[in-house]
This record gives sequence, structure tokens and C-alpha cells, in this order.
Amino acid sequence: MQFNGKAHKFGDDVNTDYIISGKYKFKTLNMDELAKHVMEDLDPEFYNKITPGDFIVAGKNFGCGSSREQAPLAIKHARIAAVLAKSFARIFYRNAINTGLPVVECDTDLIDHQDKLVVDLAAGFITNKTKGIQLQVKPLPKVMLKILSDGGLASHFRKHGGFSFDK
Amino acid sequence: MGQTIIEKILSNKSGCKVYAGSIVVADVDFIMGQDGTSPLAIRAFRDMGGSRLFDPSKVALVIDHSAPSPSEGVSNLHHAMREFARKTGCRLYDIGDGVCHQVMLESGRVGPGCLVIGADSHTCTYGALNAFATGVGSTDLAAALISGKMWFKVPPTIKIVCHGRLPKGTYSKDLILYLIGQVSADGATYRAVEFTGEAIDALSMEARFTISNMAIEMGAKAGLMKADEKTMAWIDRYGSCRSFEPVEADPDADYECVWEYDVSSLEPQVAKPHRVDNVVPLAELAGMPIDQAVIGTCTNGRLEDLRIACDIIGERHISPDVRFIVAPASRNIYLQALKEGILEKLVRAGAAVVTPGCGPCVGTHNGVPSDGEKVISTANRNFKGRMGNSTAEIYLASPAAVAAAALTGKITDPQEFIK
Repeated sequence: MQFNGKAHKFGDDVNTDYIISGKYKFKTLNMDELAKHVMEDLDPEFYNKITPGDFIVAGKNFGCGSSREQAPLAIKHARIAAVLAKSFARIFYRNAINTGLPVVECDTDLIDHQDKLVVDLAAGFITNKTKGIQLQVKPLPKVMLKILSDGGLASHFRKHGGFSFDK
Repeated sequence: MGQTIIEKILSNKSGCKVYAGSIVVADVDFIMGQDGTSPLAIRAFRDMGGSRLFDPSKVALVIDHSAPSPSEGVSNLHHAMREFARKTGCRLYDIGDGVCHQVMLESGRVGPGCLVIGADSHTCTYGALNAFATGVGSTDLAAALISGKMWFKVPPTIKIVCHGRLPKGTYSKDLILYLIGQVSADGATYRAVEFTGEAIDALSMEARFTISNMAIEMGAKAGLMKADEKTMAWIDRYGSCRSFEPVEADPDADYECVWEYDVSSLEPQVAKPHRVDNVVPLAELAGMPIDQAVIGTCTNGRLEDLRIACDIIGERHISPDVRFIVAPASRNIYLQALKEGILEKLVRAGAAVVTPGCGPCVGTHNGVPSDGEKVISTANRNFKGRMGNSTAEIYLASPAAVAAAALTGKITDPQEFIK
């Protein structure tokens, strides 16, 4: 999986309320509808600035706060290809993998707003085309790779009839 | 080698002796979902080909985040939950029963040594009952509904030791806010925390729940405590439907780090907008006018909290410049507070009592602030927009501090009202 797009830069501790506000997420399961409000409290125009395949690039502790799976789903349905951050909050990280939103841990200080990036998940590298540099990617834990390669937890379950990990 | 509490629970539930860093697939003792997360879980359950729950007696759904429903969209999602519960045979707690975590604590289903998952990040509250309880998303929840299992990476444990006794007028909420300020919002990410020390031992169960509840605000996967007589008294009181096996950390357990604090001179604390770790002594903000005061939520909507607020209010009336919203955390608490005359006093003082639930905390209804307003609340999160208006400011504090602010219309040291 290789993605080409530009970076939309955010700061540290972007919580799930910022990703999708509670005032919207309780009302519907229509994720395309929720996607229009993604990151609204941080940037009311954010949804309109996205070109499909772009990246959210953030600092540490991305996705802290609630367990709402609407957060990774709203990002995915806003056609963001992947989220790059220095670190992720635990529940968000699991939810993203489970729902098939790629999340990548890397040194995002090396990426500025609007930089053009190539993210190759299979090969495990990021190229910042604007700066002409390559970034190291922290590899996913094996269990998560397995779930992601099966296409998310639902298809992992359908495929194996339950959890199937090599210990 | 010795084990921490979470290493022991995950060993018991996976059938192999494990330590931090191992990956396990473990048996789950109880599963909970609320109305913000269950509808997606039901969808994922079907998507996974699920038709039956692994054990309906170990599953509960709670309608609390928007209860009663404020809109037709929410009503339809609630309907889907009721239908799912009816078809699968799991327990559904409907509007008015209370905030999911308080309902679980009172259910008799959750206790020492248990492994509980909930599709709500504050599931870590039950750590105070010596259970490994943690928040998961809807897809993880669905997988557990079908299989009764969940995969975990066994986390390293941070031990937080609280020495001394909290001074009068300072509460467990002040303590946990202070600790979060020290540790920061991601200081315990991917870790379990064990809260110990004589300051914790001296707290009531209700006060301990407040601490474990906010472990997630430092990023933790669990906020655990050992079981003592108070824990077992709580279990006995709520007519437990099963026996529990308390789990204690071994003396030679391996902790990633041990942080010690002397809390004997701790002052009342406040978390300022828009971060839970933006914590300062309340004295720094004293005199700042507020527009709304909220007591309730899974953090501080318990009977003890209402009693504390009631004692502060006394026979006084709240400030005419403030709206005062009170949401008891459960139907049981509501009834008991009625019986004790607490709600009558609060209502006479000017409080608006709303249905037990999460509304005022999560911005679904029951007290959305207007533009630029300042709110003081007993909740656990003060993120921008959290209460439904991104221009409002939320200050987090103890029930005593919120009650004091309701009286004066400004942030006030509750010690001024304590006899």
C-alpha cells in the first residue's frame, strides 16, 4: 500500500472529541455524515481542505480521550490515507487498526504543514518529497499487522472464526 | 519472579504465567457497552457473522450518554440497542438507570480479580474494585461479544504511592487532578497504574472510584488498587451474584517505576481549559466568575459527592448569576439522595436536577453552555467543545469546589464553607 498526499499538521494530544465531537457522534451511524465534522473544533474548514489520500500529521498522544470508534472511522471516511504521529493513545491505536485506518509512528518534527509525502506501509518508509528526506517508521506489533493484513478485525474474525495469532 | 496485579489477572485469565510485554488472548468476565458505542458494536457484531452472544449473562448495554433521547437520530440508535438486547438476551439498562460505570459498580457483576471490558474509556473506574477493567472500541467489543475473549499486550506497571492523609476540604478529586498534572496526559500511556499508600487506604470506595476513573486521563490502560475490607464491603452490599478472588501484587513484582507523593498538605486543585493535565491550585483562580456549575458524571456523581455538595450549600441559595446542574450517577443514588433529603435541599438552593446520565459532560444535552461561558464541573474532561460548545471553557474540580462556586458565582475555596 503506497499513498501520495500532503500533510495536514496538528499539535500534541489531539483528543477524540476534537476528531469528532460528541454532539455529532451520538446521533448517527452514517460515517460520511460524521466525516464532514472531522477536526471541526480545531479547524472548522478542515474537511474542505482535504484532497483524498492526504495525511493527518500530529505530535504525541494522538487520539487520547474517549473510546469512540467514530474517531478513526470519521478520519477514514474523510478520505485521509493515514495518520502519522509521534505517539498514539492506546484505545485509538487499536480502534484504527481494527477498522483499517493505517496509523504510523514516526518523528513528525521532520514534516511541516503541506509537505508532500509518500507513505509506503508495506515497505515501512515515509518519504518527505518536499524536504527530500526519508523517515524511519516504528513497526506495528505482529498481532496488529496480522489484523491489518486481514483487512481489520471483522474480516480477521470472519476468516479465522475467532482470534488467530501465532504466539 | 513476582507479578504485578495486572500480570496476575492476565495470567489467570489466559492460563499462562505472563509478564509485561507478552501478548495474551484472555477470557473476559464481563462486557459493557453504552449508547455512544454499542450501535457501532452491533453493526460490527453482524459484520463478523455474529448471531449469538458467548454468554448473555456476562453482557450489559447501558443507555446513558443521551438519556432520555434528545433527537430522533438518537432514538433510533436506542431502539436498535433495545432490539439487540431483546434478541440476544443480554441485560439492557435503559434511560434513568444511570451512568454505565456506576451501574456496573452497583451490578454485583464486577469485582476483585475480574477482567472487564467496556466500550467506554472510563471503564478503568472498576480498577478501584481490584478488577482489570479497560476501555475498548466497538469492533473489539463485538469480537468479545462473540468469542468471550480479547487480546491484550500485558502492560508494564507504574506504582503511585500516596503518603499521608488528605487535609480537610481536599478530596480524592483534588488528588487525582494533582497526580495527572504531575504525570501529564500521556505519562502513563500503554501502562497500568497501581495506586497505593495510606492516603488511598483511608479513602472510601466512592472516593477511590474517582481516582481509578481518571487513570485514562494520564493515558493508562488500567488504574488498579488492592482489595481491602472496604472493597469487600462494597461487594457484599451490592449483593454480588458471584464470588471473587482478590489479587495482590507480589512483594518482588517488577514495576517500571515507582512514584511517591506526600499528599498531607495538598490544596484544592483545578484543571484549567482545555487540558486535564493543565492543573493548578484552586487558590490561583479564586474569584474568577463562572456561569454554570455541574455536579455529576462517572467521576463525581455518587452519593458521597452529593452529600459533600449538600453540606457546603447548607441552607443557602446559589448565586443568581449561576446555573447549577446536578445529575446523580445512578437511579440508586438518586433514590438514596431523595431519601436523605439531599436533593430537596439542592433543588431549594436553586439546582436543576437532571436524569442520571452523561449528558452534561459529553455535550449531548442537559446543559450545553453558550458562547464563551465558563463552567466548573466535577467531570473528568475539559476538552474544547466537550460540553457541546467549543468556545466555552471548562474547569474541573471536586464536588465541594463546584458547590462553593455555585454559591458565590466564582471559583471559591470550599474550605470557606466547611464547618
